[in-house]
Amino acid sequence: MLHYKPSIGSRAFDIGNVCILLLFSLITLIPFLYVTATSLAPMKQVLQGGLILWPETIDWGAYHTIFSNTHFVNSLWVSIFITVTGTFVNLLFTTLMAYPLSKKRLKGRGVILFLVVVTMLFNGGLIPTYLVVKNIHLLNTVWSVILPGAISAFNLIIMRNFFMSIPEELEDAARIDGCRNFGVLFRIVLPLSMPALATFTLFYAVGHWNNYFSAVMYINKSDLWPIQVLLRQMIIEGSVEQFQNAALEASAQVLPKSIKMAATIVATVPILIIYPFLQKHFAKGVLLGSVKG
Amino acid sequence: MDSTTEQHIKLSNAISKKKRFHMINDWELYVMLVPGILFFIIFKYIPMWGIVIAFQNYSPYKGITGSEWVGFQHFVTLFHYNGFWLLLRNTMLISFYNLIFFFPVPIVLSLLLNEIRATAFKKFIQTVIYLPHFLSWVVVVGITYMLLGTQGGLINELIKAGGGTEIAFLTTQEWFRGLIVSQSIWKEAGWGTIIFLAALAGVDPQLYEAAIVDGAGRWRQLWHITLPAIRSTILILLILRMGSVLDTGFEHIYLMLNSTVNDVGDVFETYVYREGLIGGKFSYTTAIGLFKSFVGLILIMGANWLTKKFGEEGVY
Repeated sequence: MLHYKPSIGSRAFDIGNVCILLLFSLITLIPFLYVTATSLAPMKQVLQGGLILWPETIDWGAYHTIFSNTHFVNSLWVSIFITVTGTFVNLLFTTLMAYPLSKKRLKGRGVILFLVVVTMLFNGGLIPTYLVVKNIHLLNTVWSVILPGAISAFNLIIMRNFFMSIPEELEDAARIDGCRNFGVLFRIVLPLSMPALATFTLFYAVGHWNNYFSAVMYINKSDLWPIQVLLRQMIIEGSVEQFQNAALEASAQVLPKSIKMAATIVATVPILIIYPFLQKHFAKGVLLGSVKG
Repeated sequence: MDSTTEQHIKLSNAISKKKRFHMINDWELYVMLVPGILFFIIFKYIPMWGIVIAFQNYSPYKGITGSEWVGFQHFVTLFHYNGFWLLLRNTMLISFYNLIFFFPVPIVLSLLLNEIRATAFKKFIQTVIYLPHFLSWVVVVGITYMLLGTQGGLINELIKAGGGTEIAFLTTQEWFRGLIVSQSIWKEAGWGTIIFLAALAGVDPQLYEAAIVDGAGRWRQLWHITLPAIRSTILILLILRMGSVLDTGFEHIYLMLNSTVNDVGDVFETYVYREGLIGGKFSYTTAIGLFKSFVGLILIMGANWLTKKFGEEGVY
């Protein structure tokens, strides 16, 4: 960079800039802090109201209440199952399809790719997709939220482009050593694609954890509800009575407000835990697609 | 003579063996495609074929093959339905507000971030503003309720403490669209900067140095170097947004809707969900879905054509 004496205008620009960005960050952070602090704050402080950014003392009461509620714990397990299984299905389906499509010697490659891209521009829509899910008897099973989204066409193409960037010579070497296509994929190509795989794992996993719409559409049984659906009932429809009853039984005094906030935090914590990993990878991952194949 | 023939046979054997080896390999390659192709057929192409029910009186008992054909009747009903224009207005207005108020925010944010020289500070801001993207809409709408609700919502508590009267943010029609756009900005604007920052990272620093030598100040550098560097990115994102003018984000709107704001907040997606899935009007709502997809396709193609006309690279 050239060294030059910053003018007053330039200084003012910098200061204004920093202030605007700090303000935007504060607007982003304060709701988080408020919800976290309130969920942990003792009842007295919550009743006083106002903007709570720091609990006077830590009170785990609200968390005790939600974790002693079988419905809530069950929903958490459903979400965990959907996230783990769903992400595995996503990765398996996506890699298995992306690998052959990255090979020039595959016959019909152009046609398949074209048909994949068409689905990105045009789709059957809500009702026809629902009818398919219904007709193959997936309604009210966890598979209804896993299988219809098994492959994202966009991710498929990004992964295919990534596979194409791996030097063919490496695969040839493995072939001479006696590896077949499956061996080449699982022993050579996938280990070389770890950064891409990590990105896709995280993105697919976050998608499953946060998914609300498919569950509302396809699942009517309340014991198969993922956490987002239950959370919506608790906060937006405001039905926390069942939790308060549980709280009374436990002879602990917990405010509905604290219960709602604790539930929100529990539903958010998994995201916050993987966020550092996400952050490390996503900049690379998001830009993978820009690598010309 | 004999020995050469033998050699020939050996050679051709070797070749056919090699060929067979490749065939086996490629056979495996085709096996790998099977799950993916099945997925696209079952969950993408069969539903496309299922669109024909938009031209039928579909009944779940008779199935697609047995249902009665009615031609464009559902489309005629749709265009004569007063609510249709309401849906179209709501959808277009929310999209339009998003375009005016949401779309420029990531651009401005990335321009501001680009001017920050202290790497640690820049990283910190980026970490914070990317975070909301990973929260679910349920959590974002839930937090909105906790902040703006009338019973114990933070803002209303503060208003009351200041001697004012409660404002029913969530159940007032005038607030609805503003809230939707603000939530979108809160959740996605930070994340939206990634693509612009990537484009900006590719700008040659020498351009700025040359501009400084020529006496250009910060604003002039911004105007003549930084902005042109992201112009094509902005255009591409605009085209993509054109294609999704009628997609307003089901989860988000659905979670924010309640009976008092239905008149301003009901959009195509929520209507299709309510009338189609809950109300069982499969054919009618499929017709709406088809109308929506069709308009989206035309808009994206039109926008792409226009961009190319202006000498920029389109999406395809």
